[in-house]
Amino acid sequence: MNALKSREAILGGAILVLVALIASRFPGFIAPANIIAVFTDTSPLMILAMGQMVVILTRCIDLSVAANLALTGMVCAIINVAAPGLPVALILIFALFMGAALGAINGLLVWKLSIPPIVVTLGTMTIFRGVIFLLTEGKWINAHEMSPSFTGVPRQDILGLPVLGWIGIVVAVVMMVVMARTTLGRAFFAVGGNPHAAVYTGINVGRTQFLAFVISGMLAGLTGYLWVARYAVAYVDIAGGFELDVVAACVIGGISIAGGAGTVVGTLLGALFLGVVKNALPVIDVSPFWQLAISGAAIIIAVAFNAQSGRSKGRVILKSAEHAQ
Amino acid sequence: MEDHGHSTTADPASAAPVLTLDKITKTFPGVKALDGVCLDLYPGQVTALIGENGAGKSTVVKTLTGIYQPDGGQILLDGHPVPFATPQDAADAGVTAIHQETVLFDELTVAENVFIGHAPKSRFGLINTRAMHDRTGEILGSIGAQIDPGVKLKDLGIASRHLVAIARALSVEARVVIMDEPTAALSQKEIEELYELVDTLKAQGKAILFISHKFDEIFRIADRYTVFRDGQLVGAGQMIGVAEEDLVQMMVGRSVDQLFPKSRAEIGEEILTVAGYSHPTEFEDINFSLRRGEILGFYGLVGAGRSEFMQSLIGITKPSKGAIRIDGDVRVIRSPAAAIKAGIVYVPEDRGKQGAILDMPIFQNVTLPSLHMTSRNGFIQLAEELALARQYTERLDLRAASLDTNVGALSGGNQQKVVIAKWLATKPRVIILDEPTKGIDIGSKAAVHGFMSELAAQGLSVILVSSEIPEILGMSDRVIVMREGRIAAELDGDNLQPETLVRHAVGISVEGEAA
Repeated sequence: MNALKSREAILGGAILVLVALIASRFPGFIAPANIIAVFTDTSPLMILAMGQMVVILTRCIDLSVAANLALTGMVCAIINVAAPGLPVALILIFALFMGAALGAINGLLVWKLSIPPIVVTLGTMTIFRGVIFLLTEGKWINAHEMSPSFTGVPRQDILGLPVLGWIGIVVAVVMMVVMARTTLGRAFFAVGGNPHAAVYTGINVGRTQFLAFVISGMLAGLTGYLWVARYAVAYVDIAGGFELDVVAACVIGGISIAGGAGTVVGTLLGALFLGVVKNALPVIDVSPFWQLAISGAAIIIAVAFNAQSGRSKGRVILKSAEHAQ
Repeated sequence: MEDHGHSTTADPASAAPVLTLDKITKTFPGVKALDGVCLDLYPGQVTALIGENGAGKSTVVKTLTGIYQPDGGQILLDGHPVPFATPQDAADAGVTAIHQETVLFDELTVAENVFIGHAPKSRFGLINTRAMHDRTGEILGSIGAQIDPGVKLKDLGIASRHLVAIARALSVEARVVIMDEPTAALSQKEIEELYELVDTLKAQGKAILFISHKFDEIFRIADRYTVFRDGQLVGAGQMIGVAEEDLVQMMVGRSVDQLFPKSRAEIGEEILTVAGYSHPTEFEDINFSLRRGEILGFYGLVGAGRSEFMQSLIGITKPSKGAIRIDGDVRVIRSPAAAIKAGIVYVPEDRGKQGAILDMPIFQNVTLPSLHMTSRNGFIQLAEELALARQYTERLDLRAASLDTNVGALSGGNQQKVVIAKWLATKPRVIILDEPTKGIDIGSKAAVHGFMSELAAQGLSVILVSSEIPEILGMSDRVIVMREGRIAAELDGDNLQPETLVRHAVGISVEGEAA
């Protein structure tokens, strides 16, 4: 517990140091407007990371989130083109349900057929992208085809923060409550921490993993609408490879890839860290290829950190070592 | 004995021991596993090593094969001290073991399994496949096994796999062969074949250490016996002239001398009745009833099917037949959640694996199955949750800096208390404790025993699964002995004697029992 708390402090500190370093050369980076822009830009990553966190906690992984996002986003765009008058609230609800349904496919395959999650989600990842192609024959849906309200909602400001950012905050708060205050949240930790023990306590391990995939899918669906609306474009390859950023945010945030350990705050900080890196590097004129290298290095450092803190100390047998600790 | 006729290379009467354990001591934190034990292994003879669960048999095997280093005493090979610092040293000295659960590789061929780690090499340092196959064929032939060295292990049945394991043990120049419960997984016909194999090995002059619980096979094939109890040597000698009674006496050989705070609780009405519970492969026709305030012991050797039956009782595995009644009403329990609801909880044997969630704080572990009691409108009430956890951890006298501490940071005894607290918090009617004091220190043991009595006094029914005779006799009102998946005996009152328990558990016919 202490290790995790200090982990979050370290990550928070790293973000502050990073921001301070950038600000020392480009004071504009810490202008309120830019901070809001960075936060808003990072919101999709935060939302997806919340879902991925739950999945990884239960010793699974969801590689299909970005494909789910793209498929759900595309279907939302198609609906908007077909029925421009449909209220955005309905589309939002539809996106949640469709994403959850796609996540449920992953969950059912893992639960009922006991297929390893990495295989299931690699498969559905490809299938979802394929379905988009079948739906559109590879054509794009562009800004001029979408209704202004459809594209406008995520960008609308409330108290100075765009709706997209607010949704990120709401999702984070809801997940904090779910993880800390519901039996389901507790079950996620229990299943990942010790599946055998969880079975004895009456927790259905498969069902818990299924629900984790449903949550991950639901948040991917939500992000699907937000993404398509924000960038005002939908095509087969949107958010291609983004699932790796999502997993990276979780890992950097201290979610143990072995399951059962991690926090919502850590995950959020992990996502923010990546968001700051992504937004800052172009500012200080670093090539996008360095961005990838820096993201990758951050992941490895984070995992090495996890492995180090997770290593058991071993038994103290020598009397002389007892005090030397 | 019968082997005299074809014993060619060794004369049992005059031979000196090949391998001797001389006053070996091995201590683990909190436990003295071996306390100055001696053991002699003679060429061309089978020495049976006998003892209850936990007598130190496995530790001896691991010491002989270089996996454990003794803290005191020495190992003598042909009369000269040899340090077995690594398993390789033991193998080089010709000591080889066929383990209880043999480690073989499914995807490799028979020959590769036999020679893994010491395959014959060609001039260029590559594995000489043909030589390896030929040698494997020879070894398999010498033990009378008809197995193609080229087939993959996964295509073989259990009995053939066992022969491969034996061939592997013999692929090094073996002088001492250790067989650790070799018949546990074999059918009667395969056991007969194994006996023939043992006779063959004897004729080749190998010294054999044969570890078994089963008296019939010990009397069938052993020339000598050595009996351990609680890590100490209690007897050794020739099988000729020894009676089953004597061996049983040596195995248990003690009065129930530890103090057990069993207060006779008021035993009330029947709570749980189990009728005809059966499973296709694990147990058959289990019948018993359990009364309010009663402690019912389940005794048996490892592998008698006790834990398997308990797991089916709480819905982890499904019985093929049978019914459970609780308070006279038939209940179907298909999942652990249903069992908890019906008031039956199971504290599993393997704490680390099945009990506690080490990365979770104490209080969350304790309340995990009872969260519905501390939730309102679907939200956990943290104050109530902490109160519930505190109530039960205090009841068990659990000492920890804070209930927020992760369970992984606690000692074994305290982890056990967390697990028990977790189950008590569900307010069960029947609590099944599977080896509740295994591997915990004496102080925690006494606390668990005291607590068990207290639970019974409060009207809870307890099922105590234990392999420790003093514990089961000291704590139980009644004892069911299981053997090979069936109930071998139900004992109470004056029948609760150590010898009686062991006889039923190992399957010796019990004369004079009817009296």
